[in-house]
Amino acid sequence: MSKVIVVTSGKGGVGKTTSSAAIATGLAEKGNKTAVIDFDVGLRNLDLIMGVERRVVYDFVNVINGEATLKQALIKDKRVDNLFILPASQTRDKDALSQEGVESVIEELKADGFDYIVCDSPAGIEKGAFMALYFADEAIVVTNPEVSSVRDSDRILGILQSRSKAAERGDTVKEHLLVTRYSPERVEGGDMLSVDDIVEILSIPLLGVIPESGSVLQASNSGQPVILDKASTAGMAYSDAIDRFLGEDIPHRFMDIEKKGFFKKLFG
Amino acid sequence: MGLFDLFRQDRKKNTAKAAKERLQILIAHEHAMGAGGHKGPDYLPKLREEIIAVIRKYVSVSDNDVNFQVEKGDDFDMLELNITLPDSK
Ligand SMILES: Nc1ncnc2c1ncn2[C@@H]1O[C@H](COP(=O)(O)OP(=O)(O)OP(=O)(O)O)[C@@H](O)[C@H]1O
Ligand SMILES: [Mg+2]
Repeated sequence: MSKVIVVTSGKGGVGKTTSSAAIATGLAEKGNKTAVIDFDVGLRNLDLIMGVERRVVYDFVNVINGEATLKQALIKDKRVDNLFILPASQTRDKDALSQEGVESVIEELKADGFDYIVCDSPAGIEKGAFMALYFADEAIVVTNPEVSSVRDSDRILGILQSRSKAAERGDTVKEHLLVTRYSPERVEGGDMLSVDDIVEILSIPLLGVIPESGSVLQASNSGQPVILDKASTAGMAYSDAIDRFLGEDIPHRFMDIEKKGFFKKLFG
Repeated sequence: MGLFDLFRQDRKKNTAKAAKERLQILIAHEHAMGAGGHKGPDYLPKLREEIIAVIRKYVSVSDNDVNFQVEKGDDFDMLELNITLPDSK
């Protein structure tokens, strides 16, 4: 059975694309045939984060318009087996994604035996974000420990449970909270919401906590999903989240301050 | 954390606590009013309209003078109604 997962947030710049790339790569590493689709029409970025920008020939909208086959547009990852990327179009036409068109692509991926279809949502609660979540079975809600991000996540949760296809037929979309850019130091200092606060406010199950980490920028610089950086805290936190997603029960890491020496404390 | 933060630390307020409280109030309100995709109780908008109509039989108030919200409690929900009456001479 294929599963459609939307990575969404409402608020922009919270780490949806970073997370989509990591999650799709992590699922594929575990042997699942996985496609990751960039729904951010006009602002294609997933291709860069995945490091396949020079291999883009056709895109999502070309497939929907019948200008290319899905096979032609899907980019096969060279690092990880079973991983495929469907890039967004750079057209300025925001209506390029029709509901029927998106549905036909998702159905074709399912028929091709994909286990997971990861949809990287654009920011906002407009058409693009709506298209990305409409067909979802599960949602990974990416949230930063910051008031406007938490509020937008709550709104997106409302939309998921009222306007998705699953909601329309009386089902629920399974929800997962992914807190990103988390900084235990700042939580301790009292100027950042804690994971517990966020879980309490949004009341959905916690999939993972990704710490603020310089390796995310390095990963994007080099076009390597950060989950492949096995030595980085962010990479490890994403790997843990994948294990949890696949049903393993593992404790959360990187939620507490790593003890720093006196000098590091003074000048760090 | 640098040298200056270290000195500032004890003077710093706990703003995260304020953030949490504000979010809880706001989100309870948005759920109750059916903001975003959330579904508030179906009767709320109608109830609000009718209450305002009744009040207007006696005093003239504008829509903005009536603040209407549902607070979610642990055991019960509370309907909170605040009406700003015009200055009496
Ligand atoms: N854990 C992290 N630590 C440090 N930086 C991060 C982390 N996660 C994301 N970032 C940075 O935040 C920025 C935004 O990330 P990203 O593009 O993934 O967000 P997005 O939600 O997809 O944005 P948009 O809404 O524009 O699509 C990037 O510069 C990325 O490097
Ligand atoms: Mg993005």
